[in-house]
Amino acid sequence: MQVLVAMSGGVDSSVAAAMLRDEGHEVVGVTLKLWGGDSDSGCCSVSDVDDARRVAQQLDIEHLVFNFGDDFMADVVGPYVADHAAGLTPNPCIECNRHLKFDRLLVRAEALGFDAVATGHHARITAAPTGAPRITRGVDPAKDQSYVLHMLTAEQLARVLLPIGGLTKAEVRARAEALSLRTAGKPDSQDVCFISHAGGGRSRFLGDRIELRPGRLVSSSGEDVGSVESVQLVTIGQRRGLGLAGDGSPRYALDVDVDAGTVTVGHADELLVDGERIGSFTWVDAEARAQVQSGRTVTAQVSAHGEPLDVSAVQLHDPGAATISLTWAQQQRRIAPGQSIVLFDGAQVLGGGMVLRR
Amino acid sequence: MRRRPTGTLGIVSAYLDHAATGPMRPDAVEAMLPFLTDRYANPSGAHRWARDARRAIDEAREELAELLGALPGDIVYTSGGTEADNLAVFAASRAGADPVTVSAGVVVCSAIEHHAVLDPVEQLGGRVVGVDATGRLDTEELVEVLTAEAARREAGEGPGVRLVSVMAVNNEIGTLQPLDRIAKLVRRHAPDAVLHTDAVQAFCWTDLAHVARNVDLLNVSAHKFGGPKGVGALVVRPSAAVRPLQVGGGQERGRRSGTQNVAGIVAMTVAARLAAADREAEIARLGALRDRLLDGLLATVPDIVETTAPAAVPAAGPDRAIDRSGRAAGIAHVCIAGVESEALLFLLERAEVFASAASSCSSGAMEPSHVLAAIGVDPALARGSLRLSLGWTTTAAEIDHALAVIPGAVAQLRRFNV
Repeated sequence: MQVLVAMSGGVDSSVAAAMLRDEGHEVVGVTLKLWGGDSDSGCCSVSDVDDARRVAQQLDIEHLVFNFGDDFMADVVGPYVADHAAGLTPNPCIECNRHLKFDRLLVRAEALGFDAVATGHHARITAAPTGAPRITRGVDPAKDQSYVLHMLTAEQLARVLLPIGGLTKAEVRARAEALSLRTAGKPDSQDVCFISHAGGGRSRFLGDRIELRPGRLVSSSGEDVGSVESVQLVTIGQRRGLGLAGDGSPRYALDVDVDAGTVTVGHADELLVDGERIGSFTWVDAEARAQVQSGRTVTAQVSAHGEPLDVSAVQLHDPGAATISLTWAQQQRRIAPGQSIVLFDGAQVLGGGMVLRR
Repeated sequence: MRRRPTGTLGIVSAYLDHAATGPMRPDAVEAMLPFLTDRYANPSGAHRWARDARRAIDEAREELAELLGALPGDIVYTSGGTEADNLAVFAASRAGADPVTVSAGVVVCSAIEHHAVLDPVEQLGGRVVGVDATGRLDTEELVEVLTAEAARREAGEGPGVRLVSVMAVNNEIGTLQPLDRIAKLVRRHAPDAVLHTDAVQAFCWTDLAHVARNVDLLNVSAHKFGGPKGVGALVVRPSAAVRPLQVGGGQERGRRSGTQNVAGIVAMTVAARLAAADREAEIARLGALRDRLLDGLLATVPDIVETTAPAAVPAAGPDRAIDRSGRAAGIAHVCIAGVESEALLFLLERAEVFASAASSCSSGAMEPSHVLAAIGVDPALARGSLRLSLGWTTTAAEIDHALAVIPGAVAQLRRFNV
């Protein structure tokens, strides 16, 4: 096969490229230039491009750079800022996967004659009982990234390869060391790739782009209990940074109203809810939707490295089931609107979407 | 190794990126070798071997000066085009008292300069003059800027224009600037200013001795005319003074310290001699190949625009030939609707056609071209820009290979609209 490997300059995608080459595929590496601003992490800096290129040279494969900066701005950074302005808590990595890696890049790869796009995500693609492909948890539970790949449809998965999902992180690093790849010891990227810590982090990044407004903290009974510097930076479920420490039992952000400039705070038990409503839901295929509709037992993951939570019921709302409601088996803390919830059938992803406001 | 020599196993490669760089002339390679092996002494030394190296530079300097219409003492050897551009803009514009930060006057350049000029001008807070749809400097705007700055100086509100920089041949679209006319306007409206021209792309296409008569500063880069990378020269005529950016051993009459690249300087001069001797014949030969390439593309690729050609002229027929006399003979630039350069270049390289889009940044990612923006190309169309540039090794077989490959590659991408 001719495979285009998205190489971020990290160890995972380096090893992914090496594995595909060793399997006999015709491999070309590509690094996406996504962001031109200051950043000290992630997949955008010139030094990461250098690392990816050097690994490609060591593997003796071709290496390209695609500049998708405009799309990244339009589909990832812009919505990230707009969501914060609207009081949502977005996950830009998911939007990058949705719009850049598995749309823009996938289409371009097909146009250039490649049979598949590969990435270094820690997830696998396995067959559903019907034989259709499903994103499946990687074998290293600590590194599993199936959650951030939930938007991939079966149609897309037919043209995607995830070579390292069957390896633990330690095995990936061992392979990189065995090949003397310069990325072998490179730390994992952790943060939002377009936000620089040296440049003031999230508050500075957003503050340069939207007007961050101070907010009042009110208790669930309506009583004024304090203030925050920027209401847009408060996430539901947040405890730290509210200035309420040492004030009896811990209190959390229960609700954020950007327009009114208020953050409702309360105790942990006030965060508990019976379920969530999820919009923009994408199903891996119609079969997955039918399974859920017919009452199959599923679990839900609500953050990148969260534990799967038991779900007692899922209600599909519109004909395409782009909006669903789920009911927790036991009450759970509220999930911030804008965050993603992903439904699993065992280790396999059925689909996912974004938490809606209540 | 990825490079396949033309003709091997019946595979034709078309290297059409000569404006980026090209192969060295074999005579130039041969000329530089002794200075890498036996005649390696430092030309600033005090012994016989040093004098041998010094003599090689002195002879090269005389010959290059003649080719550039200058005196030997006007030549300042540099590490290439970028250093010479920086030296011209920064050094010529500095005041004496504070040579590092204070500008002695306003610096002005065209909107389609190479970044090696544009960025220094921007750092100095200079002014940028627009160009028309063919890339020629808007001389009315130039006069407006010069007179406005003269008036501000008169009123004690500004230092006046110190330097005007307009490139001889644009590296992306090949536009030749009317430097005679620009020089007259600068002399008339800013008599105290010096005129610089970045002639890095020009050596093969224009007689620089003629150009140099009208300017105060002019620079070339060896690897654009069959010499090695990493060596170039700035002509500093007596009418211009440059303060050095790089100080130390005092070489190049103190204008550019650092041990000279003897081998490179010698090879550059050989390459210049050959390129100048072949110039007229090559302009005719490569101009005809360029026309064949462009006319062929216009005839076979739908929705393609020849950059800077009047939009009203469709594919050129024998009676409707496009006038390309205002552009360098070796540069063909087109914009292809509904196609992205990055994707097109990959398909072309797979088919052994090596070209480029616009300028590339250090990471290898393609950035939008400021040149295409300046001449008013629609940004959507500019995404499909393709520069095919010819040089002394270009053959008709290469042009035919490119013509055989490009239409199919464009059609493949259009099926996916990328």
